[in-house]
Amino acid sequence: MSRSDVLVSADWAQENLGAPGIVFVEVDEDTSAYDKGHIEGAVKLDWKKDLQDPLRRDFVSKEQFEQLLSERGISNDDTVVLYGGNNNWFAAYAYWYFKLYGHQDVKLLDGGRKKWELDSRELTDEAVTREATSYTAQEQDHSIRAFRDEVVEAIGTQNLVDVRSPDEFAGRLLAPAHLPQEQAQRAGHIPTAANVPWSKAANDDGTFRSDEELKEIYTEAGVDWSKDTIAYCRIGERSSHTWFVLKELLGQANVKNYDGSWTEYGSLVGVPVVLGDERGQADGEGA
Amino acid sequence: MCGATEGGLSLDGIDVAKEAIVQGQVVRGGEPVGNAYVRLLDRTGEFTAEVPTSATGHFRFFAGDGEWTLRTLAPQSDPVDHKVRAAVGSVAEVVVSI
Repeated sequence: MSRSDVLVSADWAQENLGAPGIVFVEVDEDTSAYDKGHIEGAVKLDWKKDLQDPLRRDFVSKEQFEQLLSERGISNDDTVVLYGGNNNWFAAYAYWYFKLYGHQDVKLLDGGRKKWELDSRELTDEAVTREATSYTAQEQDHSIRAFRDEVVEAIGTQNLVDVRSPDEFAGRLLAPAHLPQEQAQRAGHIPTAANVPWSKAANDDGTFRSDEELKEIYTEAGVDWSKDTIAYCRIGERSSHTWFVLKELLGQANVKNYDGSWTEYGSLVGVPVVLGDERGQADGEGA
Repeated sequence: MCGATEGGLSLDGIDVAKEAIVQGQVVRGGEPVGNAYVRLLDRTGEFTAEVPTSATGHFRFFAGDGEWTLRTLAPQSDPVDHKVRAAVGSVAEVVVSI
């Protein structure tokens, strides 16, 4: 896997608009963004309505995912190019989600919607319809998805990478600062987790830094490349961005995204929590 | 409680007493800029959050007590930094000219 297999530039995207076998898909936190304007021919996925089970806290089933992609006109053989706002947070989340259900050829548009807009490239509000397909998904690949028990077991043994902002890591904020801060769960982080905010992996325009820069950032933060890694954030979308960097760009073998993330861990009874800027020890003691 | 600023984003449903709000508008030559991105950087310059401006150029963050930097990116413009102080229970209003 190399960078060109998983990442496309805005220029490449522009040249391949409407090309057969390539489907552009927009996924945003602000689910109204697509309707105001989107890349020509792109279809929309709503990360909440389309990708979350409406009742339980979990993803849609394999059958529901198959139905969703079939309705949107996406085939198993298509190259899916994902992009979105928030520096591709939710596009990276969808990328991970597509991989979870076994889609082969998925790519991210480097810089996402922001870079496209800052480049003054065209967006359209024209409705997009694609002929329905008959999509077949695979069973979920749990080699890339972490659940709470293995996260607790990973304390002090695997790399835990907390990709939230330093203030969220330390417990000074409970959510990303574009959202209201009032939340139910406790503040802080999982003991021994390294704080490498997702934003360190991206330039201001949302594009990813070079492989060399990325390797240096995670090495300096204390990531041990000989160990398996679990990335987490608040709800698993920013950590998908980091999962993409570690697994798809840097080619680390065993990297999982913990989609339960802090909203689950910070509500668990009896697990150790560390407050402040230090990583903390495995038993939850401060420094 | 209706605490919306004049022409700005509504604060309906938000408990302002519990939040340290930083909000404002991005303008160019007095006109609102609806396609800008505003980043919130913490006291060490570390990225904390980012929002696109609304059609009327408005943006809002829920920060914490202390000093923050707003970095504004927009097409055909160099990034503009703006320091702001936030405090829980208050709304810091900022106009960013690019």
